[in-house]
Amino acid sequence: MHALHQVLHLFFNLQSFTKNVPDVWAGFQINIKMMVVAEGLVLVFALTLAIVRGLPGPAAKPLRALAIAYTDFFRGTPIIIVALFIGFGLPGLQLGYISNLSIVTYGIIVLTLVYTAYVTEVYRAGIESVHPSQRAAGRSLGLTYMQSMRYVVVPQAVRRVIPPLLNDFVGLQKDTALVSVIGVGEAAYQAQAGSTNSTDFVPYLIAACFFILITIPLARFTDHLVAQRERRERAQAF
Amino acid sequence: MSASAGGNGTAFVHVRGVSKWFGSLQVLNRIDLDVQEHNVVCLIGASGSGKSTLLRCLNLLERVEEGEIVVDGQPLTNGKVDVNALRKKIGIVFQAYNLFPHMTVIQNVSLAPRKALGVSRHEAEERAHVLLRRIGLEEKADEFPDRLSGGQQQRVAIVRALAMEPKLMLLDEITSALDPQLVSDVLNLVRELAQSGMTMILATHEMGFAREVADNVCFLDGGSILEEGKPEQIFTEPREPRTREFLSRVLEAGRMA
Repeated sequence: MHALHQVLHLFFNLQSFTKNVPDVWAGFQINIKMMVVAEGLVLVFALTLAIVRGLPGPAAKPLRALAIAYTDFFRGTPIIIVALFIGFGLPGLQLGYISNLSIVTYGIIVLTLVYTAYVTEVYRAGIESVHPSQRAAGRSLGLTYMQSMRYVVVPQAVRRVIPPLLNDFVGLQKDTALVSVIGVGEAAYQAQAGSTNSTDFVPYLIAACFFILITIPLARFTDHLVAQRERRERAQAF
Repeated sequence: MSASAGGNGTAFVHVRGVSKWFGSLQVLNRIDLDVQEHNVVCLIGASGSGKSTLLRCLNLLERVEEGEIVVDGQPLTNGKVDVNALRKKIGIVFQAYNLFPHMTVIQNVSLAPRKALGVSRHEAEERAHVLLRRIGLEEKADEFPDRLSGGQQQRVAIVRALAMEPKLMLLDEITSALDPQLVSDVLNLVRELAQSGMTMILATHEMGFAREVADNVCFLDGGSILEEGKPEQIFTEPREPRTREFLSRVLEAGRMA
């Protein structure tokens, strides 16, 4: 009986709940800001990198190598280490502008750097899944390499990778909590502070609820897209 | 050296000693071919004889490793050619249509004129409508390719190439993937093109059609042009035993029509 009481008190305490919601919510708005900005940047940078990685010919070899080195590095490094490196490293460099950005901006940089590497691979898989005959058809009509990428290959590739791409974004949304290690006052950071104050774990539950509320719709939307595509492909088979 | 198609001056398409390898496999062996302007040349031969590869070499979708190709007075094989400019003059149609599945029919047909020739969207679409009307598919303009039959898709693919107003058309077994009852619509369109004076090179298994439209027929075997001549000669009195053998096999398979 005592144990149950403890659990209720530490995790499901309504009084602590109402007390802590405003702070965690304020923090969570920073999460939302970071995810929206980072997702926008990642979409653009990752597509650029995926295209660079697929450039043909020996002249593009150094560019391809650079793109590969980038994805290898940032896929292989834990996001916390990138966060510490950027969040404490860049200000420490005393390099004028880039050493005096807001801490939220550093958080966005970290998320963008890391997730660009993941999403580059997603785009690349999509580009490679478009049959070479499509590119040949584009080129044979007199389109340049870049034009046939832009109008023929990439639009088909992007359509195909939307589900895995959204999947990565669910990951990004959760990982916004990790940049609390460099002192970004987001939801997990606020929850930790609140928890110390109220000597219970309710603020963590609040933060968890916010994250779940925002990731579940995205996950369901992804499922919906996958199901829709399966229906369409089955219809085409007949 | 193979017989040229006759006529005066330099041929519109001039191929000399072209060889190509895929790894250690030689797929083209010292090909010589001349095609005069407004002529139709049919390439016949078994699968793997090099017909498709030769066509793909003619617009540099495949790299030529040895020999010389000149199209419309422009050498393709000296490494200085502007491939994009060249391909605007040479249309190619593939066995598998290769329409762009994410674009409507009208977008498929108007994309290259807009982006490669700089024609305005309005004008490109207007011209596309005219072409689609000509093949009786104007009402399909806003459909996506997967809503069309194979024959319709292939005709759209032909029109997509024609929209660039090419001076040469390469047709790579364009009826091989089609149900038999859809073949004739596509062949009618090709016949019309031939009558309008389009210079064309066709790789085909449709022997009856080759006999009817070709000015010249080339029989390819093992990457070489083994025999070249007028269709009457090739189909009635082939000189080479391999040609005779191939044609009798085709006849047995009922493809002579």
